[in-house]
Amino acid sequence: MNSVEGVVIASRGGAPSIYLRNITKAYGETIALSDVSLDLRAGEVHALLGENGAGKTTLMKILYGLSQPDSGQIEADGVALKIESPRDARAAGIGMVTQHFSLVKNMTVIENIALASAKTFAIDLARVRAEIVSASTRFGLDVPPDAIVSSLPISLQQRVEILKALMSGCSYLILDEPTAVLGPNDIDSLLEVIRRLRSDAGIGIVLISHKMAEIEKVADRVSVLRRGQVVSSSLANGITSKELVTLMVGEQQSGAEQRQRSASPSQSQSPILVLESVGVTREAGGLSDVSFAVRPGEILGIAGVSGNGQTELVNVLSGTTQIDSGTIVVEGRQLGSNTPQSLMRAGVGILGEDRHASAVHALQVVENLILDCVEKFAGKLQLRRKEMLSHCESAITQFEIKANPKQAFGTLSGGNMQKVLLARLFSRNPKVAIISQPTRGLDVMATNYVRSLIAQASKQSTAVVLVSEDLDEILELADRVAVMYRGSVVGIVDHSEASRESIGELMAGIAK
Amino acid sequence: MIDVTEEIISSSLRIATPLALAALGELVTEKSGVLNLGVEGIMYGSAFVGIATAAQTGSLTAGLVAALVSGALAGLIFAFATVTLGVNQHVAGLGLTLLMISLCNTANRIIFTADGGQVRVDPWQPLNFGGPIFSQYWLTYATFLIAVPFVWWLLWKSGLGLKIRAVGENPEAADVAGIGVAKTRYTAIIIGSLFMALGGAFITLAFVGTFTVNIINGRGWVALALVIFGRWTIGRLLIGAALFSLVNAGQLQLRLLPSFADVPFEILLALPFLAVIVGLAISGRNVPYPGAYLKPYKRL
Repeated sequence: MNSVEGVVIASRGGAPSIYLRNITKAYGETIALSDVSLDLRAGEVHALLGENGAGKTTLMKILYGLSQPDSGQIEADGVALKIESPRDARAAGIGMVTQHFSLVKNMTVIENIALASAKTFAIDLARVRAEIVSASTRFGLDVPPDAIVSSLPISLQQRVEILKALMSGCSYLILDEPTAVLGPNDIDSLLEVIRRLRSDAGIGIVLISHKMAEIEKVADRVSVLRRGQVVSSSLANGITSKELVTLMVGEQQSGAEQRQRSASPSQSQSPILVLESVGVTREAGGLSDVSFAVRPGEILGIAGVSGNGQTELVNVLSGTTQIDSGTIVVEGRQLGSNTPQSLMRAGVGILGEDRHASAVHALQVVENLILDCVEKFAGKLQLRRKEMLSHCESAITQFEIKANPKQAFGTLSGGNMQKVLLARLFSRNPKVAIISQPTRGLDVMATNYVRSLIAQASKQSTAVVLVSEDLDEILELADRVAVMYRGSVVGIVDHSEASRESIGELMAGIAK
Repeated sequence: MIDVTEEIISSSLRIATPLALAALGELVTEKSGVLNLGVEGIMYGSAFVGIATAAQTGSLTAGLVAALVSGALAGLIFAFATVTLGVNQHVAGLGLTLLMISLCNTANRIIFTADGGQVRVDPWQPLNFGGPIFSQYWLTYATFLIAVPFVWWLLWKSGLGLKIRAVGENPEAADVAGIGVAKTRYTAIIIGSLFMALGGAFITLAFVGTFTVNIINGRGWVALALVIFGRWTIGRLLIGAALFSLVNAGQLQLRLLPSFADVPFEILLALPFLAVIVGLAISGRNVPYPGAYLKPYKRL
């Protein structure tokens, strides 16, 4: 037991409690964290909740030594810790799995883990292998030790990252939005791993997440950050999801209302986008015999467990993957080949699943916004900068983007990045909008806003193909739901008949 | 003393001309995400083709045009290898340099030096606007008054420049936005090669009026270093070119001083290159490479 300024901190198990005390951090004029205090305990899952830009990641980067606070300190059982680098953090028993993994992709799992713990010149790979196998069993984290990392699916790469952190002896593990990259099944098994690490190994876990369902399932304690301040910190069973959302958003925000669907979905109109037996030949993960049609003003949801051809379908419709068989017809005209240019000319717009891959971080917001229509702003001599800026200003107003036109795109928060990309998509007035994972990793406010934009677009008779792993999102927005399984569309269900159960069976490949 | 200073500045501008041209060309190329290690070879080729054509036709202008054509062709070969075939950029660039140097040396031997002679033309003469500083070749004036603003405008003001920077940072995003990645990179590589070719032609058609083996003498490699030293900005790139040229011009003057008579001239000769190494060691760390540097782009 230690007494720090009247606060009594009980340490459970072997590992000390970690106390972040009065942390303040500013980037230029933006205050990311203001006088934040947080305590972490061994054997506890501490969920960290907050909108994008609330300061969750910044706080954890400070704890892991990736970033230095302007003031405040980190203590372990009342003793000040000096954490100036991830190395210091690991020495203090703190590990972190960041959103972007730090694995050497073309090395094996063994080599990656040996790399993290290498202390001498001679590395005994056989010993490391044995350690991996025993740690895998102990923590319930199955990984194939001899596999090359790049050949593993994302969910297994994540396990390797977690195992790497655990094997370096950490007693606290920070997971930064670990489920954002996972499909539903993988999320369940990750949550199981988290439970096991907490209960069996006594590891203290910090879970950064946006998803209420996950927090309900595993968290012991929940802290909510808003605008760089802790607005609530309490036991998980003492607070409801609704209260948490209210705390995050800071005002009474009910969930998005069901989209108003027109009484007679435009059955009479002829479809604007028709895919007929589209196929892409790949050794793994191609497409076969994908057929569907979308009418103006209709939202066709594409559901499916991640990795069943959704990404390939979006790549086909953005023109970055060429089709090997079948036809794509837009407005009654068959496309000769599906290049980005021919699709754009036909009126097909795209919001890709990875916002980082869809924009150029080093370029300004205004430049990214016109990247798909540079010619439109090209004057006789040079780009018409003033017109670009006024176009950007109006997009910023219209789409409620929190950004300066001349700011580098890479410095925006996820929600604002997504809004810029949506502004780019909709300013073309596309006849068909292909929208993939539009709210992945976004906070509640941004999510609701993005969904209302999609509904708005369909009202203006844009045909929307909405690809999402969030089934609730699809059920909320779609007029019809097409389900993909192993590269094919296995069923198209009307909104009135779509339910979690009926879609779920199709997703699992059970129903016909 | 003033005479010496003016003399040093004047000859610095002369020395900086081919370096600045080649570095500007390399800058345009690298901004598109492509490293062109063929710069030494492209300069070598245009230096030779320029003077050979000028000697045969008697026209320096014809020589300059031929030099530009040779640069564009070399750039086209490099672009085909790296952009279309996706060949490793180091390999393609080094290969291009070796190819151009040996082709030109062989052609030079067959055409001009077989009978022990040497190709010679009457080079361009400096245009004198008063004083040693403003007595420069027209290409020097053109480099600093036209080429430098042009490249700045091209990269940061024009639509093509935006496309070049986009494909250099994130070709996937550019592709999805309908920008032809291959087309943009071809364009950047060929524009870049034209500037390198101008730099090479300047040496034979203005600076020396003859061609000898190893005439480019590492200027292409210095240009590559200048782009990194300049952190892909024109202002810093020019500062680098100025520093290198000042040290070079300074050491030429030092050699004339009696007190330096005992210093081996090789040491003085090495001074500007030492300056490049020191400069890179100081400012070449943590440089912001273009995001897609060295990465060929292929659709899935």
